[in-house]
Amino acid sequence: MFKFFVIPSHDRRLIPEGRLSGPMPWVIAIMIFLTVLATAAGLAMTHAIGDVSDELSSRATVQIIEANPQTRSSQAEAAAKRLRAMPLIKEVRVLPPEEIQALIEPWLGTQDLEDDIPLPALIDVKMVRAATDAEYQSLRSALQSVAPGARIEPSSGYIAPVFSLVRSFQWIAFGLVALLALATGAAVIISARSALNTHSETIAVVHLLGGTDQQISRLFQRRIALDALLGGLLGLIGGAVIIWLISGQLSALGSGLVQSVGLDWWSWLIIAVIPILGMFLAMVTAKLTVIGALKKIL
Amino acid sequence: MDEIVRFENVGLRYGAGVETLADLNFTLYPGSFYFLTGASGAGKTSLLKLLYLSQRPSRGVIRLFGEDAVTMPRERLPGFRRRIGVVFQDFRLVPHLSAFDNIALPLRVAGVREKDLETPVAEMLDWVGLGDRASARPATLSGGEQQRVAIARAVIGRPEILVADEPTGNVDPEMAVRLLQLFEALNTLGTTIVVATHDIHLLSKIPGAQMMRLEKGMLADPTGSLRHPPRPAEQTQ
Repeated sequence: MFKFFVIPSHDRRLIPEGRLSGPMPWVIAIMIFLTVLATAAGLAMTHAIGDVSDELSSRATVQIIEANPQTRSSQAEAAAKRLRAMPLIKEVRVLPPEEIQALIEPWLGTQDLEDDIPLPALIDVKMVRAATDAEYQSLRSALQSVAPGARIEPSSGYIAPVFSLVRSFQWIAFGLVALLALATGAAVIISARSALNTHSETIAVVHLLGGTDQQISRLFQRRIALDALLGGLLGLIGGAVIIWLISGQLSALGSGLVQSVGLDWWSWLIIAVIPILGMFLAMVTAKLTVIGALKKIL
Repeated sequence: MDEIVRFENVGLRYGAGVETLADLNFTLYPGSFYFLTGASGAGKTSLLKLLYLSQRPSRGVIRLFGEDAVTMPRERLPGFRRRIGVVFQDFRLVPHLSAFDNIALPLRVAGVREKDLETPVAEMLDWVGLGDRASARPATLSGGEQQRVAIARAVIGRPEILVADEPTGNVDPEMAVRLLQLFEALNTLGTTIVVATHDIHLLSKIPGAQMMRLEKGMLADPTGSLRHPPRPAEQTQ
């Protein structure tokens, strides 16, 4: 592969190259910069959905809705005991009243609510795996006898609309990546055609001296591959700096789904490969464009 | 002697216009020297384009090196082009390459290694009297010097056929004679030479040369004897 980039000096002279002097490397740099950002956004959202989904899909909340505090408390204890005895259940925790009050405090204030509003008892349930609808149904049946007012809610249900929105953003991000790849290909086609026009006389001479389509296209491929690689690296550096800054800001927010929006090492690896993929895309596009144009002449 | 080129009822039409070349029938033999004459617009350049495979005919058969060049797959054409040297009317030197690199171009296209091409290119530069202008670019060379670089480029690969389109059109009479002497020297090495010119005075400079004359796209000659160049064997009888 590296031998491909070792351009003999006479070939460089045949089709003169101007590193960074033409618009091509800069156009590629902008495309790769945007692709890096879109890919990072898509991957970060995939990562966040994966993390939070894994966590929530095996969790459920049991609410004991009962006006009498003593009955509510005894039903909560009985329900917790029944749940602990079930093989599907890994962990059961009855939330203390203070914790429940802390949960609703942002909405209802800090005054003593216990006397004014009959808050339900809450049991946080962690299962060994994500339960099916049938298993939830059997959990409900099991709790009915010890806590008639019990309601069991899968935790994933609360956040489903957020997931749906994040998935939409994820698809938009990957759609943008596809569009940017198309735009990069189009930019390469324009650049290759422009280069062909600029060097049409030289190409005609090489052609008539017995140069093959492959030989001629190789000259342009190498030139465009180097432009794409150079532009791609610039775009990658710019994109990586922006991602790093945004990651820092997101970490500082330190809450739930937002905190999960991060990139792991394989995400960074995918992002690092983008300039190489861009270069191959440019090379293939240039080859097809040049050979297509050469086939129109004898 | 085997033929090297044969045209049978060849015609060439650009677009939907009238035929630029019509009913061409002739045979060229290896090691011969041919002049192609005719007034401007007679079709000399078009005929040469057919010869150096820059154009396919609209009709007829062209056999080149014993093979049908009309139906030959496009992928095979480069190999055949390497066997033909061309001196273009406007030289068509690559402007940003030195004289050395212009002359070396056919060898590089043919895949000759750098260390193997330095000596032949230097010798060729000396042969055309430009040994001291190896690094000069075409724009800094005179018309005659450019012409000689173009000729050197055409012959460096020892082609079997050399096609030259008005090679003396841009040089003074003295240089024209020198160029013809270069062609003659190459011809003695076995290369078939086809020189298109409208300068009939050149014809006498190469005594052994045969002539083809084009008139309005057709081969013509008042006597008819030059319509089909005679075989060298017949010529000596």
